[in-house]
Amino acid sequence: MINLMILLPFFFAVLIPFLHRLFNNKLHIGWFILFMPAAIFTFLLQYIPITQAGDTWTSEMKWLPSFGFNFTAYVDGLSLLFGLLITGVGTLVILYSIFYMSRQREELHNFYVYLMLFMGAMLGVVFSDNVVVLYVFWELTSISSFLLIAYWYQRRKSRDGAQKSMLITIFGGLSMLAGLLLLSVITDTYSIREMITQVDSLQEHILFLPAMILILLGAFTKSAQFPFSLWLPDAMEAPTPISAYLHSATMVKAGIYLVARLTPVFGGDAVWFWTVSLVGIVTLLYGSWNAVRQKDLKALLAYSTISQLGLIMSLLGLGSAAIYFGYGDESKVYAIAIMAAVFHLVNHSTFKGSLFMVVGIIDHETGTRNLQRLGGLMSLMPISFTITMIGSFSMAGLPPFNGFLSKEMFFTGVVNASGMNIFEMETLGMIFPVVAWAASVLTFVYCMILVFKTFAGEHKPEMLSKPAHEPPIGMLIPPALLAMLVVLIFFFPNILAKYILDPAFISILPDYAAQGGLGKEISAWHGFNTELLMTIGVVLFGLILYKLLPKWTKIFNWYPQSMTFNNIYISSVELLETVSDDLTKKYMTGYTRDYLAYIFAFFIFIVGGSLWLFDGFTFDMSNNSPVSIYEAVMVIGMIIAALIALFSQHRLTSIIAVGALGYLVSILFVIFQAPDLALTQLVVETVTVALFLLCFYHLPEFRKEVSKVRFKFTNMLISAGVGLTVTLLALSANGTRLFETISGYFENSYALAGAKNIVNATLVDFRGLDTMIEVAVLCIAGLAVFTLIKVNVTGRGKK
Amino acid sequence: METVMSIIIGFFFAIGTYMILSKSLLRIILGTSVIGHAVNLLILTMGGLKTGGPPLLGLKSTSSFTDGLPQALILTAIVINFAVTGLFLVVAYRSYRVLGTDDMDQLRGNEDE
Repeated sequence: MINLMILLPFFFAVLIPFLHRLFNNKLHIGWFILFMPAAIFTFLLQYIPITQAGDTWTSEMKWLPSFGFNFTAYVDGLSLLFGLLITGVGTLVILYSIFYMSRQREELHNFYVYLMLFMGAMLGVVFSDNVVVLYVFWELTSISSFLLIAYWYQRRKSRDGAQKSMLITIFGGLSMLAGLLLLSVITDTYSIREMITQVDSLQEHILFLPAMILILLGAFTKSAQFPFSLWLPDAMEAPTPISAYLHSATMVKAGIYLVARLTPVFGGDAVWFWTVSLVGIVTLLYGSWNAVRQKDLKALLAYSTISQLGLIMSLLGLGSAAIYFGYGDESKVYAIAIMAAVFHLVNHSTFKGSLFMVVGIIDHETGTRNLQRLGGLMSLMPISFTITMIGSFSMAGLPPFNGFLSKEMFFTGVVNASGMNIFEMETLGMIFPVVAWAASVLTFVYCMILVFKTFAGEHKPEMLSKPAHEPPIGMLIPPALLAMLVVLIFFFPNILAKYILDPAFISILPDYAAQGGLGKEISAWHGFNTELLMTIGVVLFGLILYKLLPKWTKIFNWYPQSMTFNNIYISSVELLETVSDDLTKKYMTGYTRDYLAYIFAFFIFIVGGSLWLFDGFTFDMSNNSPVSIYEAVMVIGMIIAALIALFSQHRLTSIIAVGALGYLVSILFVIFQAPDLALTQLVVETVTVALFLLCFYHLPEFRKEVSKVRFKFTNMLISAGVGLTVTLLALSANGTRLFETISGYFENSYALAGAKNIVNATLVDFRGLDTMIEVAVLCIAGLAVFTLIKVNVTGRGKK
Repeated sequence: METVMSIIIGFFFAIGTYMILSKSLLRIILGTSVIGHAVNLLILTMGGLKTGGPPLLGLKSTSSFTDGLPQALILTAIVINFAVTGLFLVVAYRSYRVLGTDDMDQLRGNEDE
């Protein structure tokens, strides 16, 4: 049942074009689609009691059972959390898109087909237990993301952005496939659950490290971790509902999901710990640093998404140390980082989703997202302002919003981790709190920019293409709902923790299953501890930096533009294009002769090469039949005919020489006891020569071949090579007999087919179908000949 | 005889290849014809030469027959070869009529197509 629910979006995608054709004149087709994610969401809710009790649910659908590839849907806390996010945010996004995407102007069927494709694929990623199935869905999300970014394919920027995201995420996906396959080679299973049961023997294996690195590459590219983050800002060319859905709430979290899912496998290993934490924390700083300088609201949000994803990633890395200690008080201190990661994941989806939607509203209602043009919208768009404020303050980590809680937990996590005494954290541990704090200050700054540069200050109506006003109510409902969640989660975090977060936490740290979670209440007030002081410091410094913004933003210009990863990417793609273009032009000359030369050279290389490589040369001349005088004369005659055909400067001589060759061959057939062949060859040869002579009348005289000596020499070399290869092949084939002859069967032709001529019986009886098809070939050739001669095609092709 | 045949088949292949690599359409067609003959002889040689009488059961005089299977294959090949040559010739004729040349270099088409 759950498998079908996951596939439901795919079935729906098929229906959408028909719905569009039938109803688009009357109704926005989004209304039909809206109920589908809502239904899946409701359906998934029934699993909450199961996961809350610490149980899991599996349901298997056979796909390729003989290869061990089955579509096993596995519901545990983690996958359920993601499933609810995907369908919940999906419902809101579709509602929002109904107002955002114009029924008259946009190609809605394309939009929703891609969207459904994505939704199904994403559900498949999080619920698949089989790694191969997971990979297939994973790539499907990349492809649908590509299609959605390029949705406005008329724009060059959309196409470039789509290509960039495709190149990066597919590269990551492929390396992830390699990693997953290595993992399944080690464990001899494709099931993630079964891999987790073999953890103990796993870490010693020689392929453990390569598998880990390859899988992490996949996760980092998908979740836009530094330095693969450069595709995400360009993905903002997609329509805003897509940015809110794929590029902030769901798809970019697939990497996070993968890391979380495989934490029981890899966690507790020092390389995993350092790679995930460091990449995460660097991404956090990089994203927040770049977000501050952005002038485009969506670009700002894109960088902020990168930074928040880095935050979650680093928490998962730091928390993986808990596995090293197993279950106990010591491990609990670090396990809180995992809890913080899960919690922040949910919070990020709520506040970032609402922010993206509001930015879309601003874009939609004012015609611009440029911060230099916006300002003073507070009184014109009060509801949007409120939602933005809630979202931004939550992202900045202020109470009373959910971001405050998870930010505090984040600080707890990094502070605890800095006190760790394994993995050489004693010496290097301090970088985590310091970087985390600095990045939080920058986060605070860009959140303030987002709110106040847009809504406060001077209103400049002349800079806007439309007079600013509130959007229709339907467009406000989805972000308002998310904003409400932002506040509600702050006041009642433990309800969420009990039903959603704790089960997800257990999936990441199975050691805690017996205890039913971390066993720690989330509360807003812990007294004046380090975390609170850090938050106060963030606010103070953030405010100062925000006020002094014009003074210090100049330092962004110090870093040379040509050195950014984006420019390196662009120049390498351009280089790739020019190099491959040049290379192709070098050998694709347009001369048929060159292509034929390649084919012959390749023939020599492959046939001769494999003969040589597998030591296929066996010359055995002991069974040779003797050469009679007739045969010798024939052979000499054939050689002379062939030489005349080659060297003659007159067409007539050439044609006659080739004809003579054919007749000599038919005489050879007689000598070699093949009367049927000889007869056929004689007839065919006669007709062929007649045909040649007919055409000869119409074709021009041979010209002297005026080609360079080098050309001639190459041709001679290739011809000699082909001749030599064939001779060697024939000699070797004569010297070896791999199988018993089967011709004895055909000698029963009288008993089997009632025929006394073995060859004829073979043709019309034993291999009758072959002959029939051969006749068909003749008919087709005849038709073609007739058409070419009789039908006069004028126009095209005539110069 | 088999060795002699192998060498001569290779020789025909070389000549056919050289003719195919030339510029004139007619020569190319003749080259394919030569290679066609060579292939037929190759198949026949593979089956072994002169191991018995002709594959006709009616002839009482012989008890062992030459392998009939390669002969059946060659028979098909001859006919197909004929069809290909005929079609090729007509295409050459037609393209000469329409385009006014049989030179492969001029049949190449324009730059940047």
